[in-house]
Amino acid sequence: MDRIGLDSFRDWVELYRQQFKTTFATMLQYRASLFIWMISSILEPVVYLIVWSTVSSGKGGSVGNYTPGNFAAYYIVFMLVNQVTYTWIMYEYEYRVRQGYLSFALVKPVHPIHSDIADNLSSKVITLPILLLVAGGLALIFHPTADLKPWAILAFIPSLVLAFLVSFLVEWTLALAAFWTTRVSAINQVYFVLMLFLSGQIAPISLFPGWLQTIAAVLPFRYMLGFPVELVLGRLTPLQAVEGLAAQVVWVFLSVGLVRLVWRAAVRVYSAVGT
Amino acid sequence: MNTLRLLYTFFRVNVLSETAYRVNFFVQLFQSLLELGTSLAGLAVIFSFTDSLGGWGVDEMLALVGVYFLIGGLISLFIQPGMSALIDSVRDGTLDFMLTKPEDSQLLVSIQRVAIFSIIDLLLGMGVLIAALVRLGGRIGSGEALAFAGTLLAGGIIVYSFWLILASLSFWFVRVENLLEIFRSMYEAGRWPVSLYPGWLRFGLTFIVPVAFATTIPAQALTGRLNGWTFLGAAGLAVVLFILGRLIWRLGLRRYSGASA
Repeated sequence: MDRIGLDSFRDWVELYRQQFKTTFATMLQYRASLFIWMISSILEPVVYLIVWSTVSSGKGGSVGNYTPGNFAAYYIVFMLVNQVTYTWIMYEYEYRVRQGYLSFALVKPVHPIHSDIADNLSSKVITLPILLLVAGGLALIFHPTADLKPWAILAFIPSLVLAFLVSFLVEWTLALAAFWTTRVSAINQVYFVLMLFLSGQIAPISLFPGWLQTIAAVLPFRYMLGFPVELVLGRLTPLQAVEGLAAQVVWVFLSVGLVRLVWRAAVRVYSAVGT
Repeated sequence: MNTLRLLYTFFRVNVLSETAYRVNFFVQLFQSLLELGTSLAGLAVIFSFTDSLGGWGVDEMLALVGVYFLIGGLISLFIQPGMSALIDSVRDGTLDFMLTKPEDSQLLVSIQRVAIFSIIDLLLGMGVLIAALVRLGGRIGSGEALAFAGTLLAGGIIVYSFWLILASLSFWFVRVENLLEIFRSMYEAGRWPVSLYPGWLRFGLTFIVPVAFATTIPAQALTGRLNGWTFLGAAGLAVVLFILGRLIWRLGLRRYSGASA
């Protein structure tokens, strides 16, 4: 797929820099949409935080090794990790394919995934500082507690980068479904349901029965969200941390392969109506 | 009588145009069932650790899920389609066609679009409610049933009026779709009893965005935990918002100048 033009590292840096500039300017134009997105990305973890804290307090202060304070820490960090790893690429692709805008991306000499990654990252440069402030406010209200360990916090940094890559690559592949069907909303919904239960969103994975934990350990969802959260809050042993990081690396490789395969097939079925 | 005939006519036209896309029915059915399944599985996860969530038992939560789907179905069946169409037509100037018809324009605008397949959500909501009722068994007297009907009606009117007010803002501002989106995402919080939430959030979900009146309060009425004051409050708010909505609609119309010629 590498049509060429970019040889050196400098060229790539320049490419990303220019993309950042464009996206940054665009994002600042759509402040209202950003604001709406932020409301739901804050409200959802806060609701689960409250529900689980209520359950935990009702059970004498602990559910499955989580106190109300632990749940607060879990969901506040979850909100931040989710902020780093989320993508909206599925909606973007449906629109691009339906409207024929993809033609522009196809004539550029670089793989379109690069502009999408730059696009995603630059929007987060805007939203992340705001969410950090929100997280601070939530911490004052809900009093999070966690057993922080220096090594776990260090290991969190690569796990966050890997989580972003896994989620971006998997969702980018999924977004290509738009090439074959116009009913992507049903596909996306199935994906989000799996995400809800298997990423640690509806509850920390360790609260689930054993068989469900096994499924979650094999599929990619936990490595996009739940794993980095548990890691940074010091809830994993060093061995579990290494296993998780290894699983993330495996999923990055698998999904890179998937992206190449599906993209090649997708471009073949694409046709646009021009003027 | 005339109103009913109008309602029927609009309904029929919408059904005819939507049933041309039959596959949509199955897609909607699939998505609605998936959403309901997700809700129920979520409840199952939480209630595997406890048998009461802030004083709500599992059957009472089931009733809440039923109300959530019922009102959500009502919103996507006709409130949202009608109000989105209103915003578009104010911007494009096509509202002229509504205003020249010899009927009440607010009524016409409100019933102009029906996303008929969303009726699935409504039916699923009723199904869940009935299941919850059966499980709650003898605890529902005629008092509770009446209070439930009253608060559900009030909740429906409150949500409708709230959307009408937001959509009417399009007479003054260009981009108000975003406000409707905010309501949709806040409505999600209505899956859980608002009594769980800390004061500031409960206040917001009750008085700024009236989600509590649409979901928690009817479910409370059904399970016999509603006091008279809340009932009166819901009824009062419904009346006030309905009148306010009508007023703002009128004011907005006076500003509307069309976009023709």
